[in-house]
Amino acid sequence: MSTSPATFPATERPWTLPSRRRVGMFCLIAAESAIFVIFLVAYIFYIGKSLTGPTPRQVLEIPIFNTVCLLSSSLTIHLAVRALQRGKTATFKLFWFLTLALGAIFLFGTGREWHRLIYSAGLTISTNLFGTTYYSLVGLHAFHVLAGLLGLTIVMLLALAAKVTEEHTEHVDVFSLYWHFVDVVWVVVFTTVYVVGR
Amino acid sequence: MSSNSVPIPDAIDSTKPTSGEAWLLEALHEWVITVDHKKLGIMYIVAGLFFLLLGGLEAVIIRIQLLVPHAQFVSPEVFNRMFTMHGTTMIFFVIMLILFGFGVYLVPLMIGARDMAFPRLNAWGFWMSTFGGLLLYFSFVGGDGLYGAGTAPDVGWWAYAPLTSRAFSPGHSTDYWTVALLVSGFGSVAIGANLVATILSMRCPRMTLARMPLLCWLYLVMGALLLFTITPLTAAQLMLMVDRYLGGHFFDTQAGGSAVLWMHFFWIFGHPEVYVLVLPAFGFVSEIVPVFSRKPIFGYPIMVAATVGIGFISLSVWAHHIFTMGMASYSNAFFVLTTMAIAVPTGIKIFNWLGTMWGGKIRYELPMLFCVAFLFQFLVAGLTGIMLGSAPFNWQLNNSYFVVAHFHYVIVGGILFAILGAFYYWYPKMTGRLLNQTLGLWNFWLLLIGFHLTFDFMHFAGILGMVRRIYTYEHGRGWEFWNVVIGVGTLFQVLGLSCFVFNLVWSYFQGRPADRDPWDGWTLEWATASPPPEYNFSVLPEVKSARPLWDLKHPEDPDWKYQ
Repeated sequence: MSTSPATFPATERPWTLPSRRRVGMFCLIAAESAIFVIFLVAYIFYIGKSLTGPTPRQVLEIPIFNTVCLLSSSLTIHLAVRALQRGKTATFKLFWFLTLALGAIFLFGTGREWHRLIYSAGLTISTNLFGTTYYSLVGLHAFHVLAGLLGLTIVMLLALAAKVTEEHTEHVDVFSLYWHFVDVVWVVVFTTVYVVGR
Repeated sequence: MSSNSVPIPDAIDSTKPTSGEAWLLEALHEWVITVDHKKLGIMYIVAGLFFLLLGGLEAVIIRIQLLVPHAQFVSPEVFNRMFTMHGTTMIFFVIMLILFGFGVYLVPLMIGARDMAFPRLNAWGFWMSTFGGLLLYFSFVGGDGLYGAGTAPDVGWWAYAPLTSRAFSPGHSTDYWTVALLVSGFGSVAIGANLVATILSMRCPRMTLARMPLLCWLYLVMGALLLFTITPLTAAQLMLMVDRYLGGHFFDTQAGGSAVLWMHFFWIFGHPEVYVLVLPAFGFVSEIVPVFSRKPIFGYPIMVAATVGIGFISLSVWAHHIFTMGMASYSNAFFVLTTMAIAVPTGIKIFNWLGTMWGGKIRYELPMLFCVAFLFQFLVAGLTGIMLGSAPFNWQLNNSYFVVAHFHYVIVGGILFAILGAFYYWYPKMTGRLLNQTLGLWNFWLLLIGFHLTFDFMHFAGILGMVRRIYTYEHGRGWEFWNVVIGVGTLFQVLGLSCFVFNLVWSYFQGRPADRDPWDGWTLEWATASPPPEYNFSVLPEVKSARPLWDLKHPEDPDWKYQ
């Protein structure tokens, strides 16, 4: 009624700040992006400037299967994080393992491609500008995949030891950001190397 | 001063272990394994000062060699090493380390946090950066790779291709330079990420972004810039490694590569780097000037906007370092315009500091003296910067001592003076003792006189055609007199900085004890003990305005009423 004391809403909004883990990961991603941008610029700048063969068109084959594997691993890691969020650790482990496997297939595929390029096509990092820029750019990305695989493996081992539970959702989620980043970079690298540069 | 009336609970002093040797080992162990932001901050600063001595020694050797024509104080090879090491050391291992030190020390205190967002990453960054510097200096011993081909790096601090290729730089000297900067670069990126995460995610209750001390804003932008600045250099260094070790062709013109690409990549790093260095200096000035003018900072929102603006524009001005390389006219025009544009937010800052002092009750204590000198000198540095930023003028004077004078005006006259102001301002907080006033005045005046003798007259030598990095010169070019003046100025600077270093050591043991708030400050670091306890604040503060200590000291007239 009119005599009841006026109640003001709670003084101020609760004090919340962005998660430091997320911010930290986004910073890492920003820094890594800058490194990739420089390597991409070098790659694009040197397209068609090699003085000797072989040229990209002669030796590069489009790695469709590899690409599909890596990109679908983004989906599986997302599903894994969602499963963990809901406390379904078994599903989490399954999808996490799938991610690991798909990433490993990608890395193995890159290795096979390099083997073919070096031993059949005669393209090494010192052959010509294409070789220098190609191995540097794709190698830099492969290195990031490798780093991601190490992280995935550690989490996998911890999960098998039943040390990863619902409360670690944020940790795992932040790690998945890195993995998504590696995938996005591959889209750009793929477009540059296999579509534009070929 | 009303400092002791501040009702914030104090820290309990932890007891120190006794007995000589055991105590020393324990203390050493504690400093090596520490992840505490205050200890790491001090370690950063001490490491930076150590490298300052080395870099300063190299500068002295350079000036002695150039004092008179046809001097043979050192050999040409040694001279090349000296200017390379001087530049690399001063940028990466002196100014950056000291700024990181102040950053990791002050930012958590100022935002009312107990530590950085990632304390262990903080320690990692420190050790990476410092080991990078030690690695660089190890090259004097270990760089002798091939037939006595070289010891320390001698390719200049920007290491243009193709001078760095295997053919022109045999041995390992260039590799020491590359790896040292790679390693310290990882440390810098870690610090950048850590600063951003700390400032965004660790602020004490109710400290909104608009209530942060300006210093934190400047470190936020600096941290973000580090992420985009150091990494292009990292990428370029990786390419150089590929060229040198795997036979790549990135910068190999004989295989179609481009030396110009290195210039672009280096300066994409190099120019924002200047702002990485100068933004924290702006931060120091923005904290010191209001406290010693007894007025809140003038135009806080504009200062923030100018800071962020500088951050963005600084990423698009790099090619004004390489006008003489011969770019298309529209590229020249673009970089001239962006360079002119960045003068606008910088000018806004200068006016805001003046506006803060205007009508204030100015106390000319030592920190303020250094800031006033900073204002004047940084203004001159900015004006010569605008001169050099216009392409035709640049074509005339690029690579001359005019340029050397300009950027030393920025780095010594601007940044170093602001850093010294910061030392005099925050030393009592870090150690609990004030720096000695008399020694401080000697430091200030000797350095000021020396600075102006050296770098004012370097402009003249440059206009008269003296090129940078030359080993020696002929009689009768009109440079003799200026080089003697420059040399005398160097002596004054050495004396001034010696006073400073001596003051640091002497005051640590003998200085006048400082209470928690010797300057009657307004930001949170003055609310805790000097030196602060390990956990900084026994109760995390809750702030209502940009000057929380003012609110506590003046409950009858708090800031938050007007914000």
